[in-house]
Amino acid sequence: MSEKVRAKVKDLLDSGRIKGFLGLRQADGHLGPHLFTDGRELDALAVGDLKRPGDTRYPLNKQLLTLMRCDPDDSFGVLVRGCDERGLKTLITWNQVDPAKVVAVGIACPPELAAACECLKPYPDEFVDGGKVEGSTFASVATVDALDLHSRLTHWLHEFSKCVKCYGCRDICPMCFCKECSLEQEDLIHTGDLPPENPIFHLTRAVHMAGRCIDCGLCNEACPADIPLRTLYKKVAEIIAQEFDYRPGYVEPGEKPPLNILGEAPEH
Amino acid sequence: MDYRTVLTTCAYCGCGCSLYLEVLDGRVIHTFPCKTGPVNEGKLCVKGWNIHEFIHSPKRLTRPLLRQNGTLVEVSWDEALDFTARRLREIKEAHGSDSLAFLSSAKITNEENYLIQKFARAAVGTNNVDHCARL
Repeated sequence: MSEKVRAKVKDLLDSGRIKGFLGLRQADGHLGPHLFTDGRELDALAVGDLKRPGDTRYPLNKQLLTLMRCDPDDSFGVLVRGCDERGLKTLITWNQVDPAKVVAVGIACPPELAAACECLKPYPDEFVDGGKVEGSTFASVATVDALDLHSRLTHWLHEFSKCVKCYGCRDICPMCFCKECSLEQEDLIHTGDLPPENPIFHLTRAVHMAGRCIDCGLCNEACPADIPLRTLYKKVAEIIAQEFDYRPGYVEPGEKPPLNILGEAPEH
Repeated sequence: MDYRTVLTTCAYCGCGCSLYLEVLDGRVIHTFPCKTGPVNEGKLCVKGWNIHEFIHSPKRLTRPLLRQNGTLVEVSWDEALDFTARRLREIKEAHGSDSLAFLSSAKITNEENYLIQKFARAAVGTNNVDHCARL
């Protein structure tokens, strides 16, 4: 799978279209994020899972933001899966990324990863490698929705009670670009307290991610307490889709998220 | 612009979580957990997530300092080690081995921790060895 990506990136670098490519490099027994700036180092470029689905997914878009803020005049390439592309589109909508300065090189996710993610669209609009796998529904959300209200509340309060307040969900999130974070606002969160207020801490983040979360699931994978954050944010995304007919990253860049528009209240 | 992601091991405790440091023009600016790290499998605690912050802290002790007439003065490693060795010997001879204690660290390697306890027990002759992880 790496071969076609490598050839594409080599073209982009050799032609001078991009100054660097954010992708994955095989080194020291791991496959981790790396900025390739020279076509001659592309032998180490690799894509794909190492041992289990998703174990080489990194917040490359978050790194891209860092690069673009430091070097706004140059163009960069970035490896995108379906989720990353949704992220890129949403970052463009939020005026964090200049679309003229980014070249996305897409790959489609394998069936195992698509299934593990319960991804609606496990492939970007255009991809150089991988096969198109049909998206799946949110089975994890349906499982929790099947509980009665009391059991559902108990379920989430139990999950949130495991939180060690590492802020990893925020720190790994490619959509968390705010300079001032809601989770560090004394008016919303008792910032110095451990454990965090249950469920205020998590629901503050869940509401803040409404209309932003692109369902990449990196937060879930980074959580040391295994809180099923992705299920929570998938549920939030379903509500936003139902009420406002809007899914971040599934709309064209520039289409404003519903919570940023002052307008008529929804009918129900 | 020089941008790198550098694979390393968290120095905060003995777990040994693998992480990538984001380095921009020689400054360490952010941390990401290594997803295939055998210990942490893509997760970190709040300390690990912020480990890049102490690297450039002005409060960090990066050179040997010796208190002379009440003021800390930068000295060479040789001078610092000679002074320390002389004082350790003087205190041991005057008050006995158990008048000395050794505090080890989570921020050094397993091998260095082994050496400091070996030095305490074999060279100085005391079991007074403790560690900063005893929080």
